Amino acid sequence: MTESPATKPTDGEVCQRVKNGLKPERNGLVKSLHRCHEREHKHHCHPEEEEVHSDSHHGSLYSRPFIESFEETPMLVAVLTYMGYGILTIFGYLRDFLRHWKIERCHIAREREVQKDFVPLYQDFENFYTRNLYMRIRDNWNRPICSVPGAKMDLMERASHDYNWTFEYTGRVVQDVINLGSYNYLGFAENTGPCADSAAEVTMKYGVGVASTRQETGNLDRHEEMEKLVAKFLGVESAMAFGMGFATNSMNIPALAGKGCLILSDELNHASLVLGARLSGSIIRVFKHNNMQSLEKLLREAIVHGQPRTHRPWKKILIVVEGIYSMEGSIVHLPEVIALKKHYRAYLYLDEAHSIGALGPRGRGVVDYFGLDPCDVDVMMGTFTKSFGAAGGYIAGKRELIEYLRSHSHSAVYATSMSPPVVEQIITSMKCIMGEDGTAIGRERVRQLAENTVYFRKRLREMGFIIYGNNDSPVIPMMLYMPAKIGAFGREMLKRNIGVVVVGFPATPIIESRARFCISAAHTKDMLNRALSVISEVGDLLQLKYSRHRIQPSLARPFDDNVYEDIDD
Amino acid sequence: LCSSKSYAPAYHLILEGILILWIIRLLFSKTYKLHETYKLTEKEKEDLIEEWQPEPLVPPVSKDHPSLNYDIVTGPPSHKIIINGKECTNFASFNFLGLLDNERVKQKALASLKKYGVGTCGPRGFYGTFDVHLELESRLARFMKTEEAIIYSYGFATIASAIPAYSKRGDIIFVDEAACFSIQKGLQASRSFIKYFKHNDMEDLERLLKEQELEDQRNPRKARVTRKFIVVEGLYINTADICPLPELVELKYKYKVRIFLEESLSFGVLGEHGRGVTEHYGVNIDDIDLISANMENAVASIGGFCCGRSFVIDHQRLSGQGYCFSASLPPMLAAAAIEALNIMEEDPDIFAVLRKKCKHVYKALQGTPGLKLVGVPFAPALHLQLERSSGSRDSDMQLLRSLVDYCLEGQVALTLARYLEKEERFLPPPR
Repeated sequence: MTESPATKPTDGEVCQRVKNGLKPERNGLVKSLHRCHEREHKHHCHPEEEEVHSDSHHGSLYSRPFIESFEETPMLVAVLTYMGYGILTIFGYLRDFLRHWKIERCHIAREREVQKDFVPLYQDFENFYTRNLYMRIRDNWNRPICSVPGAKMDLMERASHDYNWTFEYTGRVVQDVINLGSYNYLGFAENTGPCADSAAEVTMKYGVGVASTRQETGNLDRHEEMEKLVAKFLGVESAMAFGMGFATNSMNIPALAGKGCLILSDELNHASLVLGARLSGSIIRVFKHNNMQSLEKLLREAIVHGQPRTHRPWKKILIVVEGIYSMEGSIVHLPEVIALKKHYRAYLYLDEAHSIGALGPRGRGVVDYFGLDPCDVDVMMGTFTKSFGAAGGYIAGKRELIEYLRSHSHSAVYATSMSPPVVEQIITSMKCIMGEDGTAIGRERVRQLAENTVYFRKRLREMGFIIYGNNDSPVIPMMLYMPAKIGAFGREMLKRNIGVVVVGFPATPIIESRARFCISAAHTKDMLNRALSVISEVGDLLQLKYSRHRIQPSLARPFDDNVYEDIDD
Repeated sequence: LCSSKSYAPAYHLILEGILILWIIRLLFSKTYKLHETYKLTEKEKEDLIEEWQPEPLVPPVSKDHPSLNYDIVTGPPSHKIIINGKECTNFASFNFLGLLDNERVKQKALASLKKYGVGTCGPRGFYGTFDVHLELESRLARFMKTEEAIIYSYGFATIASAIPAYSKRGDIIFVDEAACFSIQKGLQASRSFIKYFKHNDMEDLERLLKEQELEDQRNPRKARVTRKFIVVEGLYINTADICPLPELVELKYKYKVRIFLEESLSFGVLGEHGRGVTEHYGVNIDDIDLISANMENAVASIGGFCCGRSFVIDHQRLSGQGYCFSASLPPMLAAAAIEALNIMEEDPDIFAVLRKKCKHVYKALQGTPGLKLVGVPFAPALHLQLERSSGSRDSDMQLLRSLVDYCLEGQVALTLARYLEKEERFLPPPR
């Protein structure tokens, strides 16, 4: 790639570069930024590893180091994984054959006798994966708990005598399992404390249900107060809340985009965003995960060529991204996306389901993390389930947007409003994070979460595991790859009293199954150390330490506050 | 033959040589010139990008749009409700059994809060399954006398996730015209063929089914893999009347279609023990493939559930979008629902009381001048429609709104039924 004078770092308008008459495709807006960053690399890049390293001296879009890594799958591991799946498929066919000929007992539920000649409800092949692969390791999911989903929880013990087809509860409770699976980033999942007290008060006063939609008689004064608070928290003009995060996306994207609009969505977007985009009726184009060149290429092509076949200009272009991607642990390149959006006049829909409360020095999400202006994002969406310990979702933005949604959103017209104690929990926890209740608990928790995240990631890297994602994201996926290890890892960790989440196909690509840790501010250093030692033990047992880039363990330094020193509070 | 080869005339060889050269040229030449007129230069692309102006993200909403300003309710929404500062008797919430204000329900919810906190912090698959969820599912299954039940955390999402889990592209769904909005969204998400039949008109449905049968006979291979479903509601929210369930079951066995029943309004209302429209008609519950209801009306909690045979329900645990990809129901709401179920089981007389009251109100509202009463006598949610419409929907809505305001002054709370005008398939007249 040739370096041209236009790629010299300039402060100020980054948009100017494109107008220099150079071929924009090759020296596009985004590529030029990368050129100037790569020249300043302090250490050389491994050919296998893809790192995006931005230097803070430039004063360009990134104000602090943005380190993400997605190490490539080692070749031997990939081959063995494919072999593993191949063997499982062969055995699957064999077992199906035996079941069909009644040699093996069949546990699957059957259709009614009377309805035997109806068209079958499920195609046999659809369930092949479920029957033969998922059933073997089914005990790693849907584990019932019987306590607060905090840093430690109590699991109900389950036993299966017929290889996971049915479960029985032995009645015993496994106490004090360290919880690395729940989305409890700031530790607000608790049953004591100011949040629980105020929620209890509201339960007695208002009851639990509402029994009416927002537009009819379901709009309580608590709802109005909560929405004002959410708007203040995010720094935007107004906000609106809904009862379910999934439904927020699937019901409001159709209200914002329709026929004749274009939606550009990331490859790894959540199912709710995909469903909302599909229901809206607009054209959807997918760009590669977090890849700004791909996004820019699609934007240019779209504006230049217009709608397919008729070539009319698009009515609107909506870019849909997430703050933290929960399966990869990566953070969106927000400054670049905003620069692109401004240049090409598109609209940005940011889904902060995992990042609100978990990123940023004040806990205000990914916008705060990058130090950007919240008014640049047209539609900010988020959920209250993860960091606030409640349930539901919200959309925030300019006043016109929210007014439009109040009158035209499917949820306001047809769906019941949120339950009062949940609303109260949101109000109290948000006030705590903002510091308005007079204590410093909120700020302390945000800081604790950042410290825990950095520590956990560093130690896992040092041990030699392959970790995906950004250094600052509290979602930590650890690669397992082989199908047998998925089940083994989950079970071994549970034996040692640690609850983890393992994910395989179809939530991830078929050879990239992983275990995902969610760090919480409620985890103490002891819990983390215990978890790390157990993970290391199991990692040695199952040979999970695939990484080829062993980092030397640095001396035990206390957490340095340099991470956030350049942001003024 | 060999001899004839040496006598090949020269022109023949020259012709063949030219042909070969021509083929080689065609093979290596670029795509033909027509393309170049369509290729845009970089400068043109820049100009296009400069000129393009998108529409504003949202169209502006006029200040006096009727749905913009909500009525604010202060205080608990129970029998007496305070709207905009005025205390009224509440005829507007779907609080059919009066359980919103019940002390036992509140106490149970409080106890659950003290044990579990408020939120669940995870979907069902990842440590979001609590023992209260399992208990609620088994209680619901026992109450409805089915094998299994599955819980969703949002009433709207229940049927909207259940339908696309079974019905995919290429399947056929027969729906009543008066189906509610969540069913319509579920149908849209499933991408199947939708055929509407007139409201509660069994002949129309039979006609459609016969047509489909003829289609099937013409193409038996396709018919063997096309699933067919009928989606109806127990008590329709838009017209407040009941579907004729026994006839539907007959049609089901005759034409081999499966029935999905949506019982949001009729669960806890119809039937001797509150089991809904199947109990009301005395139909065997196994004949219905899937019953879906939300717990936000009679049960006075939040969320929804589906129940039926394990064969049908178990599939949703892996493919119901609102179940797998969303956080589970907060445990205190599940505990409130369990307590409400307890009350319903202990005291079946409340259903008879409710029916008597409904009949009473129905008789009393019958003779109102200028207004038409829509609904059956034992429906707890009735619609009052204008007898003579003025022709324009907006002015009708304004008239009805002034009616509602007048009632508010008289300390009776009514509400205008809200619809999204552009999105509904068959828009009901203003009521």
